[in-house]
Amino acid sequence: MTDAISLAGLVKTYGSTRALDGLDLSVQQGEVHGFLGPNGAGKTTTIRILLGLMRADSGSVQILGQEPWSNAPELHKRLAYVPGDVTLWPNLSGGEAIDLLGRMRGGLDKRRRGELLERFDLDPRKKGRAYSKGNRQKVALVAALAADVDLLIFDEPTSGLDPLMEETFRQVVREERERRGCTVLLSSHILSEVEALCTRVTIIRAGRTVDTGSLAEMRQFGHISISAELSGPPAGLADLSGVHDLSIHDGHLECTVDPGNLDEVLRTLGTIGVRTITSHPPTLEELFLRHYDAGAEPASATGDAVASR
Amino acid sequence: MSGRGTGKLARLVLRRDRIILPIWVLFFSLFPVSLASSIKNLYPTDADRQEYFANNASNAGYRALFGPAYSADLGALVAQRMTDVKVIIALISLLVVIRHTRTEEDARRRELLAATPVGRQAPVNAVLLVTVLANLVLGAVFAAGISGLGLAGGGTLALAFALAMSGILFAAAGALVAQVTSSARTARGIGILFLALCYLIRLVADAGGPDSGLAWLAWLSPFGWLQKVAPYTDDNWALFLLVIALAAAFALGAYTLNGRRDLGAGLLADRLGRAEGSPALGGPLALAWRMHRVALLGWAVAFGVAGAFFGGIADEAGQNAGDNETARDIIARMGGHESLSDSFMVSLTSLVGLVGAGYAVQTVLRMRAEETAGRVEPVLATSVSRLRYAASHLFFTLLGPAVALLLYGVVAGLAYGASTDDVGGELPAVLGGALVQLPAIWLVGAITVLAFGLLPGSPPPAGWPWRSASSSASSVRSST
Ligand SMILES: Nc1ncnc2c1ncn2[C@@H]1O[C@H](COP(=O)(O)OP(=O)(O)OP(=O)(O)O)[C@@H](O)[C@H]1O
Ligand SMILES: [Mg+2]
Repeated sequence: MTDAISLAGLVKTYGSTRALDGLDLSVQQGEVHGFLGPNGAGKTTTIRILLGLMRADSGSVQILGQEPWSNAPELHKRLAYVPGDVTLWPNLSGGEAIDLLGRMRGGLDKRRRGELLERFDLDPRKKGRAYSKGNRQKVALVAALAADVDLLIFDEPTSGLDPLMEETFRQVVREERERRGCTVLLSSHILSEVEALCTRVTIIRAGRTVDTGSLAEMRQFGHISISAELSGPPAGLADLSGVHDLSIHDGHLECTVDPGNLDEVLRTLGTIGVRTITSHPPTLEELFLRHYDAGAEPASATGDAVASR
Repeated sequence: MSGRGTGKLARLVLRRDRIILPIWVLFFSLFPVSLASSIKNLYPTDADRQEYFANNASNAGYRALFGPAYSADLGALVAQRMTDVKVIIALISLLVVIRHTRTEEDARRRELLAATPVGRQAPVNAVLLVTVLANLVLGAVFAAGISGLGLAGGGTLALAFALAMSGILFAAAGALVAQVTSSARTARGIGILFLALCYLIRLVADAGGPDSGLAWLAWLSPFGWLQKVAPYTDDNWALFLLVIALAAAFALGAYTLNGRRDLGAGLLADRLGRAEGSPALGGPLALAWRMHRVALLGWAVAFGVAGAFFGGIADEAGQNAGDNETARDIIARMGGHESLSDSFMVSLTSLVGLVGAGYAVQTVLRMRAEETAGRVEPVLATSVSRLRYAASHLFFTLLGPAVALLLYGVVAGLAYGASTDDVGGELPAVLGGALVQLPAIWLVGAITVLAFGLLPGSPPPAGWPWRSASSSASSVRSST
């Protein structure tokens, strides 16, 4: 299957700031792909390059089989975009803005537009300035979702939406994907949203890709947390390979373990003696926090990131 | 209480304007000094000045642009020459105040500040404080600068204060319009319209000379009052009271409104709009039309009114020109008062052309503002190309001034023709004279686009419409 989006070795500098530093991203056709990273990691910059609004300093960009910079207008007929911070024209009503953007993209589905307005509970008659932040966001969402396109690009689309509307957004995106098989790139800080919608994710930090793959894969290769009450002296635990974040206080042990080393760790614990033990695979939060925390070594250096694919 | 934090906010204003503020204050205090000394150098003797007074300073076009010179003394000639400086100082002060009040509010930065312990009136206080002081410093530097010319001290003081007061008055006007309107753009539009009206009224009042039937109009314009102070001739300090009273009224109005209204709101609430876009709202040009139509209408009306005024007074101004022998001699040699009226019409029309260039620049600034507000990005993310987007705005850079000048030319030609009983001859002449200004106006617009395109700081994706627009700008340029 061809990739809807494929970026390789993307570099973009703003003066002395290196916003993107060899970023890779590939999004398969028909998938909902999560695009994650801490603030300032370069997500918005990447999306602007994808849209052909900015030109990368180096690296290759292919989106729907084309290079965006020189084919932007043609390409944009086949995609819709929602920025994270929507500004509307103060003297245009929300309905007018939706129709205008839709028509400039080459037409929009009237029936779908009405349905979306209803589901998002949006009054299209207000003028741009009169909308609250969440309602401004909804205007852009309706304009994008009512378009018949192959690719939807969202940059923090639900920032400012209430939980009910967030749920509506998730439902609508799922429907769109099932109905038309469109591809979705979703940049978001809301992990539950990513977990609910995305089949695969890419995590970037400081302009580089640090991990990419399906959520199941990532879980499988992430560290397993163990907490236990020991009945004997904790001899030899610290020397085991694959044990991280080890702490032992008054016979209470906390650590994380590489999946491959779990057997050995359990054997050692068995020799020491264990009163209680719990272990669980990494939660999404744990996975991401590891990558986000600038103090931690990048996951690729520990060998479990990109290599895991 | 409600002014709490004024000092801190004034420092913020100074910090933000730390480069531009000293530049304009120094430039508009030292540039007039050089104007004054050049008058002294060009006309060193009393006889020279008498001749200059008779030939230039009293001719209709000059008097319309600058107002009368009250005598042939060096001081009076210098004071006359300061008329346009006053207008520019007024304009800058107006814009500075709007920039630090309504623009801040539009950008929602005021909201951040308002949530800290600063009083409701502090932002208005702060910018008025800074602007008033800046204008007083400007006046003081000017007074010190021309003290070397050997002019009377009292007159110098009056003239310097007149410069400062023109700035202070329009700073207060700026504070008021910033409260009345609900966007910085409208505030600037209304403020500039008011300034232009004040200038126009004074111009019409002075064009016909002191004995014309319209001379009383000068009392309707603050620029008329400042002029009648007549530094070095009469030093009418009492007239400053009028100006100060008006400034105080403006400021009071601003404070009252600012104390009452909601943050972010103007006097008029927004109405609901259409639920669906009309079928015509289908592309970048239609969008640009929505952005530019109010300004286009406003400028067209303003130009039409100017045409009626100028066309209406040109003939009378020509007849009244030259209230002394020398002038009448020259007029006779030049072919009678009709040719004087014609040349008056020509100089007014070129003034209109200058204003038209300002309009062209404004349309380009509008395009830039759309971009900084982040509204270009969603449009460029549709199938609209950068060039097409830029072209949609630049269409109005070309069309707007053309429509305005056309209207001016037709109205002025009809009015002038009617007063000379020669509509058939004057209409094409005046209209032609107006339309030949267009290429120059377009050129100014094109250069503005080019400047934005080349601007290194314009951040992406911003820079992009400009790069494309710059190439179209160069083609506009080559066609003119
Ligand atoms: N116009 C600009 N000029 C200079 N630096 C910029 C500009 N735009 C972005 N940057 C820098 O580039 C880096 C990436 O910014 P970007 O907006 O892509 O981050 P992001 O991942 O979208 O962050 P967030 O999650 O906060 O939205 C940041 O370090 C930012 O400061
Ligand atoms: Mg971002």
